Formats: sequence, structure tokens, C-alpha cells
Amino acid sequence: MSAALLIDIILWGSVAAVGFIAYRRGPKVLTASLREGSMDFVNIVPRIALGVIGSGYIAAVIPQEIITGWLGPNSGWFGVATAVIAGAATPGGPVVGFSIGAVALKAGGGPPQVIAYVIAWALFAFQRLLLWEIPFMPARFVWFRATVSVPFPFVAAAIAMAIGKP
Amino acid sequence: MITIGVLVAASATLVYRRDGVDGVLDILTRDLTLFGGILPRVLAGCLLGAFIAEILPHEKVSRSLGPNSGLKGLLIGAAFGAILPGGPFTAYPVASALLAVGADFGATIAMVVSWTLIGYGRAVAWELPIMGTDFTLWRIVISLPLPLLAGALGRFVYVRMYPKDDVE
Repeated sequence: MSAALLIDIILWGSVAAVGFIAYRRGPKVLTASLREGSMDFVNIVPRIALGVIGSGYIAAVIPQEIITGWLGPNSGWFGVATAVIAGAATPGGPVVGFSIGAVALKAGGGPPQVIAYVIAWALFAFQRLLLWEIPFMPARFVWFRATVSVPFPFVAAAIAMAIGKP
Repeated sequence: MITIGVLVAASATLVYRRDGVDGVLDILTRDLTLFGGILPRVLAGCLLGAFIAEILPHEKVSRSLGPNSGLKGLLIGAAFGAILPGGPFTAYPVASALLAVGADFGATIAMVVSWTLIGYGRAVAWELPIMGTDFTLWRIVISLPLPLLAGALGRFVYVRMYPKDDVE
């Protein structure tokens, strides 16, 4: 809880800092950006409402055991590939993705596979792309970034295998 | 939006058939609480994005983060993503603002990837408590080169996919 509070303080501190810089440029710059930011907020809230309130239902109907089963021990590159697909398919917020990763690790899943899973999920979880990234950013950029990111969970798994950690 | 709405409605129906009204309400209360907690941060993110778009000098951004910014541009993008506070509600508006003021896809990819993989926000709040310190730290160490590689790959592919956009 205190970590969340710290993040909030840093976040609003940054807003205040850039707001102050804008104010120094002239009150007009400040009010223009305030109006711009508030309009973005108003436009985005309905989409986020659907995303946040909806993701709980989507996560509830996908049984976690199915996903953890795919990350089995000694599954090698096949396991890494399935981990990447599982990561992309995992719905829900940070709690869901990390919890599945933790369960997989405890159930004897290989660390490289779990690394690949967590990184794939962080980079291009499909639901997050649709619910979070597309509303805020140009769709062309989002798909481009997701596509370019595809090799990197494999790279991370390879590094994890090479150094034998974690 | 419509696809997601349908998907959510279908999932909610499945939850209702499996767990009844209690199951549906349970998830609804939990997610509404989460939504209420997130809202102020969404506002902060939107304001941050708007301020940054307003105060960053465009020529300077396109010089230091644009298509010809080289490795330095990718490094700046990655460093920026790593220190950026907040969640997706901060990172995406800011990334969008950077694109608007002249950063190229490569540097913006480096920033977004760095924020997801190295950014401390999610790691401290969620990954450390759930996955444990050992896993989290090694996962971050392994991730360190990835934003630069992703940004470089992005730039490499982009120039070949959209050759006309490269003319500055």
C-alpha cells in the first residue's frame, strides 16, 4: 500500500512540476494544456470503465489451471513458445498475470518459461493492447509495436537459459 | 469497443450461469473499487501527457528522439520509460504526446517497452510481492537490453515499411 502511495506522490509531483513549467511559459499555456488534458480524460474514462469493470469477468471465465498447465517443467523451447502465447492471451490486470506466473513457478514450471510468460504478458497481452493502449495511442503504432515485440520474450528466455538464473 | 463490450457481456453471462448473481456482483464491486482507485491516476496521466506535449520544444524532440537520433535517441527513450511514474494511464498518453511532437516509432517503442519491462511502478507494486525478490530482480536484469533492441528493430522495420515517412 505504501508503494502505491509513493507512486501516487511521484506521479502528482511530476504533474505539478510540468504544470509549473507550463505556467512559467505563460498562464495561457497552462490553461490550454489543462483543457487539453481534461478533454483526454473525459474521452478516455468510458473506455477504461469498460476495460476495468469488464476484465474481471473475462478473467473469471478463463480457468487459470489451463494457462499454468502450458508452462510445464522441462518443456524447452516448445514450453517457451506456449508460454509466449499464454502470456499474450492472459486477461486481466497485473494481479492476474503475476499470480499465474507465481503459480506456474511454484508448480515446477521452468524459470525461462515463466520469464517468457511474464515478459510476453507485459509486452503484448492482447486484452491490454485493446483496452489500454489503443484508446490512448494511434492504432498503427500499437500494432507495429506489438509485432516488433514478438521476438523479445524468446530473447529473454534464451538469456535466462544461458545464465542459468533466476 | 463494440467487440470488447460483447466479450464482456458474454463473460458476465457465463459468470452468472456459473456463480449466480453473487458471483457477478462480487466481481463488479471489486472492479468498481479498482476503477475508483485508478481514476485520479488516469487524470494525472492525461494532464502529464498534455503538459509534456505543450512544453517540450518540437524541434528538440525530433532531433533527440526522431528517426535520425541514432542509439542516443533509443537510450533517451528507454531511460525516460524506466523513470516514468504511474501505470498505463500515464505511460500511454505520454508516449502518444512524444509521437505527436516528433519522436519516431523506434524511440517511442524503446520508451513503452522500457516502461513495461524495467519501469519500477509495476515491479514494486505487484511483481515483488507476488513473484518474490529473486525472480523480479533477475527478470529485470534480463530485460535491460530489450528496450534498446526493440527500439532498434522497430526503427529498422519502420524505415523499410514506410520509406516515404523517413524524409525529414
